[in-house]
Amino acid sequence: MAAAVQVDLGHLLASDPTYHLPPLPSSREELVEKCLEKGTELVQAIADSLFNLPATEDADGPVVKLPPPTTKLPREKHLPKPKPPTKWETFAKAKGIKKRKTDKVVWDEQTGTWKRRYGYDRVDDDKDVPVIEAKATDEVGEDPFAKRRADKKGRVAKQEKNRLQNLKEAAKMGALPSHVQLAATALPITGTQAQPKKMSKDELGNVAGLASTATASGGKFDKKLPGEKKAKHDHKYRKFLPVAVGSGMGSIEKEQTDRVLNKLISSNSHEILNIDKAISMYNVKKEKKRRNQKVDDSSSPSKKLKPNKKIQKNGPKKGSSDNKKHKSKGPSKKAKSR
Amino acid sequence: MEIKRPSKKRVLRALEKRAPKLVETGRKTLVLQGTKTSEVLNSVLSEIYHLKRDSAVRFSRRNENIRPFESGGETSLEFFSLKTDCSIFVFGSHSKKRPNNLVIGRMYDHHIYDLVEVGVEHFKSLASYKYDKKISPRSGSKPFIVFVGEGFESSEELKHLKEVLLDLLRGEVVENLNLSGIDRAYVCTALSPDRVYLTHCALRLKKSGTIVPRMELVEVGPSMDLVVRRHRLPADSLRKEAMKTALDKPKKKEKNVSQDAVLGKIGKIYIPDQKLGDMNLPNKAKGVKRERREAKMQKEQDRSSSKRHKEDSN
Repeated sequence: MAAAVQVDLGHLLASDPTYHLPPLPSSREELVEKCLEKGTELVQAIADSLFNLPATEDADGPVVKLPPPTTKLPREKHLPKPKPPTKWETFAKAKGIKKRKTDKVVWDEQTGTWKRRYGYDRVDDDKDVPVIEAKATDEVGEDPFAKRRADKKGRVAKQEKNRLQNLKEAAKMGALPSHVQLAATALPITGTQAQPKKMSKDELGNVAGLASTATASGGKFDKKLPGEKKAKHDHKYRKFLPVAVGSGMGSIEKEQTDRVLNKLISSNSHEILNIDKAISMYNVKKEKKRRNQKVDDSSSPSKKLKPNKKIQKNGPKKGSSDNKKHKSKGPSKKAKSR
Repeated sequence: MEIKRPSKKRVLRALEKRAPKLVETGRKTLVLQGTKTSEVLNSVLSEIYHLKRDSAVRFSRRNENIRPFESGGETSLEFFSLKTDCSIFVFGSHSKKRPNNLVIGRMYDHHIYDLVEVGVEHFKSLASYKYDKKISPRSGSKPFIVFVGEGFESSEELKHLKEVLLDLLRGEVVENLNLSGIDRAYVCTALSPDRVYLTHCALRLKKSGTIVPRMELVEVGPSMDLVVRRHRLPADSLRKEAMKTALDKPKKKEKNVSQDAVLGKIGKIYIPDQKLGDMNLPNKAKGVKRERREAKMQKEQDRSSSKRHKEDSN
């Protein structure tokens, strides 16, 4: 019982592929016992390697770092695609701009307190500005407060547009974050579904072409929409054989006709009579009979002179063979007369 | 186009938990039943649910239109899998043709990946085992899984069943394991090319002379005979996609590097042909410049001709 135990510590798995179960031990208890016995052996083997791993002491007990498992199991979800960098990220990388950590609270000079950087009671809010000094460049009737508000709205709108563009770019790469949905569909956000594959321009073109030419005349007489181009293959598929009889291609026509002829012949072969074959078969039979008769007669004393019944093609059965000939030639003659 | 995102942070967190991860933890199990079940099957399903308490969802009602092996009958399963985020299911049904039938199936991206249909025989429930309650395994502990028998290597069905059982029975995928928390083991023995005896045991660690304690198995939990009836392996392309890991990098061939016994790592430097005639020298020496040369030659000629003139004149 050579136990070639394979232990996969990553999964706490052990298997013994060389174990031969003794055929049908007598009772169920014995079977169970045997199984447990073997199981204990294997569990001991796992424990051997497990307890010999370097262990760190923790509050609850020794903690071991398990090695990565060797048996591969299939994933349950697809591999997440890495997010493509946003426009700002690519710009910052190119320029070498590094992120700086900002504080949540900022010192506000006006009130002399710490205020939030953004949100409810924030540092420089538009509504807290009491006075805006007039500049030489200002127009006469313009409201600077309204202008400030409009500017802010413009900035917010620009930011939203950029955000949408970044998400669209990510969606194109297949890396849209799972909680976001570009509201083209009305389905609820599930968080786990992969992006449905969109058809490319070529695929759509192929399918449209197939559909438009799926008529008896190949789509030649269908009304076309304004601006619609004709399909790539807008006629029926036909193949014409070459006119000149060459060495390779020329014999195709001959092959075609041969094929048709053979098919006809084989399907009607029980009606067609091969005359030459029939006559030769008959002659052979007759010859055999003659030979047998001769052998019989040679024993008899009287040797009569028998009329020389020579067997020829146009022999005694001439009449009947002629009839048969007429029979088979009949319909063909009729065809010729037409 | 608008950007839709959940308005509550709680919902956002729940969605992010369900997002596909680079390294995956164990699968959540969905335990449900079909049109008809037997008493045995009911207890089997509830005990499997108990074994996997925290990472399992149990549906108690009958589901009539689920037929995992038929092409149209899996849409319900896929919908449930999507809603509960479960990627492995145990579907029980009972019929005259297939008594005490369990279909264990796995999902990839909430679509059916593979299926194994198994019949349960000689089932002994948790309640029928008498043992000292102190050693009963705690919920959620990582089990030892043991496969005994050559059948798991030779028979196709058992190979598949082994993989599926491993996926079903292993707990969370963890890197650090607390050694005082190991208290359960599953033993699967291949009795024949299509029959497996599965039992759940508690582990008792006894003192031995060395660091490694002596293991003792005590049968506690359900034990059953599983007879493989049908199975469906995944399509090759699907299998390839599902087995991809983040660590697989496309192998880039390192060019121009070779190992030599004497010299070690060597690489060749390829120098292109130098066309010396066409090359432009960076710092031309004054005397080399063509104009200067030509001017010099002219001067020489002039001088020689003028000299002759002079001599002639003289």
